[in-house]
Order: sequence, then C-alpha cells, then structure tokens
Amino acid sequence: MEFIDYYHVLGINKNASEDDIKKAYRKLARKLHPDLNPNDQEAHLKFQQINEANEVLSDPEKRKKYDTYGKDWQHADQFEQQKRSGSRQRSSDDRQFYNSADSDFSSFFESMFGGSARTQQTKFRGADYQAAISLNLTDALITHKQTLTVNGKNISITVPAGIENGQVIKLKGYGAPGVQGGPGGDLYISFSITPHPKYKRLKNDLYTNVKIDLYTALLGGDVTMDTLTGKVKLKVSPETQPGTKIRLKGKGFPVYKKEGEHGDLYITYEVGLPTNLTEEQKSLFTALSNLK
Amino acid sequence: MQTEEMIIVNEFCVHHRIDLSFIRALKDSGLIEITTSDEKLYLPETQLPYLEKLARLYYELDINLEGIETISYLLNRMNNMQEEIWRLKNRLSLYEND
Repeated sequence: MEFIDYYHVLGINKNASEDDIKKAYRKLARKLHPDLNPNDQEAHLKFQQINEANEVLSDPEKRKKYDTYGKDWQHADQFEQQKRSGSRQRSSDDRQFYNSADSDFSSFFESMFGGSARTQQTKFRGADYQAAISLNLTDALITHKQTLTVNGKNISITVPAGIENGQVIKLKGYGAPGVQGGPGGDLYISFSITPHPKYKRLKNDLYTNVKIDLYTALLGGDVTMDTLTGKVKLKVSPETQPGTKIRLKGKGFPVYKKEGEHGDLYITYEVGLPTNLTEEQKSLFTALSNLK
Repeated sequence: MQTEEMIIVNEFCVHHRIDLSFIRALKDSGLIEITTSDEKLYLPETQLPYLEKLARLYYELDINLEGIETISYLLNRMNNMQEEIWRLKNRLSLYEND
C-alpha cells in the first residue's frame, strides 16, 4: 500500500480551499480525461489518481480523515480496526463490492476509505484498457479464437481473418468499471503481425519472389511453388526477364470481414544463373554467344 | 439494402440525464446527425459512442460547444494521422530487408 499525496496529485497545498480543489481538479481532468487521451495508459492512470484525490479532498469529512491519517498512514491500522468493527453491520454485498479486484482506486484509497467513499455524486466512465496480441502472418489468414488475460480476467475473442498489422479492435465495456455507477471503459486490442520470411503483405495483397533457373526463364516451362494456402503451378513464358512480375488473382490475403474475398498474390521472378559449368556446357554457351 | 438501427433521442437523454437542448446544439453545429420521423428525433446507433463522448466532455469537463468542436476536429485529425502512420509503416515493411 503506497502512500499517495492527494494534494501533490492535484498540485495544491494543504490550505487549498474547496474552490481551489475544484479548479485544480477540473484543469487536470481536462488534460488527462481518457476521451482526450485515447491509447495513453499513463494519462489514464493519472486520471484515476486525480479522481481519487478529488473524491477525498472535495469531501470535508474525508479530507479531515485524510489529513489526520494521511501523512502518517502506517497508523491507519488503528483506524482500520475501528472501521472493521463498524463495518460488521454492513451487508455482505457491500463487503464484496469493497473487495472487488477490479477497483478503480489505489489500495491506499481502499484502505483509508473502504467503499464508503464511493457514495460521492460524480459519475465517471471507467478507464480504457490496452492489450496487444502478436500474430504470425499465417495466424491472420484464418478466423480463429484467442484468449487473453486483462487485469486477471480471461477474455476470449474471435480474430477475423485478414486482420492487419497495427489494427485495433475495441471491446466495449471490457475496460475498467465506471466510477460511482458510471459506464465501464473499453478494451482496445492492438494486433501486431510479425513479418513472414517469404511473403510481404500490403493490405490484402501478398508479394513474394520465386527463383527460376536460366533454362526455364529462356525456354519457358512449369514451376510449382508453395503459397500460404497450398501449392500453385505457374506457367513461365519463354524469355522471361529477371524481375518480371506476375499477378495471381484471388491468391492473396483474405479481406477483413468479407468472407470469400481475397487480395492478389504478386510474384517476382528471380533468375538463378547456373554455376560449376562443365566443359561441355561452357563450350555450348560459347557457341551460343558466337551466334549473337 | 442495409437497415440502420436508430435510437430515440428522448430516451437517450433520459437514460443519460442530459438536456435535449444539448443534442439540438450538437446537431446545429454539425457534430451529429439527427433524423426526424413522426415528430420524434432519432440518431443512428453507430453514432452512440461518439455522442456519449461529446456528452462526457460537456458534462464532466465543463467544455463548451466551441471547445467540443475544436477537440472533436483535432481528435479526428489525430486518428487519421495515426492510421496514416500505420499504413505507411506497413508499406515501408515491403521495402525493408528482414
């Protein structure tokens, strides 16, 4: 349980008036509100702290308790004992509420004020949570389920095929619970897709290189290649130049949330020149060059 | 034809305890779109999260309509720029050697 100096959090001194507190809180809330700082975990954390500070300092009774036990908070044990004996009369529902692991308040706040501090008037939306999922390119090819743990809760989600690197999915209401009955925050899951050694992806199109030998490039022929979804037979035209690009329509990546639709696969031919030529090959190539 | 779910504005106001005049002001400033049918106001369900956000800025942070317009414009620009960064990063990866 770490001591939190609520005056410091709000940037005011101990003699601050109610009006000073209100002004300081408003100013910081405008700066740190989750709506104005999407995807900023640090701002969300600070917003939670200023809410907590405001809850306590804007209520004269709680402020008095805080001023008494706050600095020397280790002595709060005594206070805790008194609070516990008083709290026996509370309903079991209340206790469950106070012990909730999903609390928006610091352990310091919970220890000092328990759940009674939640009877304040202001409703606030819960903070948004951020999570990240890393996928391979082949994982993103098919719609599949993923389970992730956010703040101790297991959440199962369906990842649609075709999800892009950097794409963010929002799960409404899966963020922190709201304060004072306010709506829950949202969970933002960002996806990062690790690069594939053979395939590059741009939106729904895939790009790859295929090596063909000199003879196939010159005379044409069939080449079988592995794609992400199976083998494909390519018909190489005679006199294919190195760097020639061909397009296989519909053999690219699945289009996000459009079942059955796919991008294209672009193949660039690389021509491998023969090495370790035999004497016969050398003489044939020489004869060939003399024909120019 | 795709059907769009609509929310009755009055119900939204009652549920969120906000004034109808606020919604009208948002509509007048062009921040939201409202449909009128049988003298009732409706808004598309897809606009709900955005409207809730605007209401929070107004009621929780005491930001006036002009401020909300500016914030809305800047947040929109920020989102577009963020998306552009991701698009460019993905494009760049095509030319990067692993």
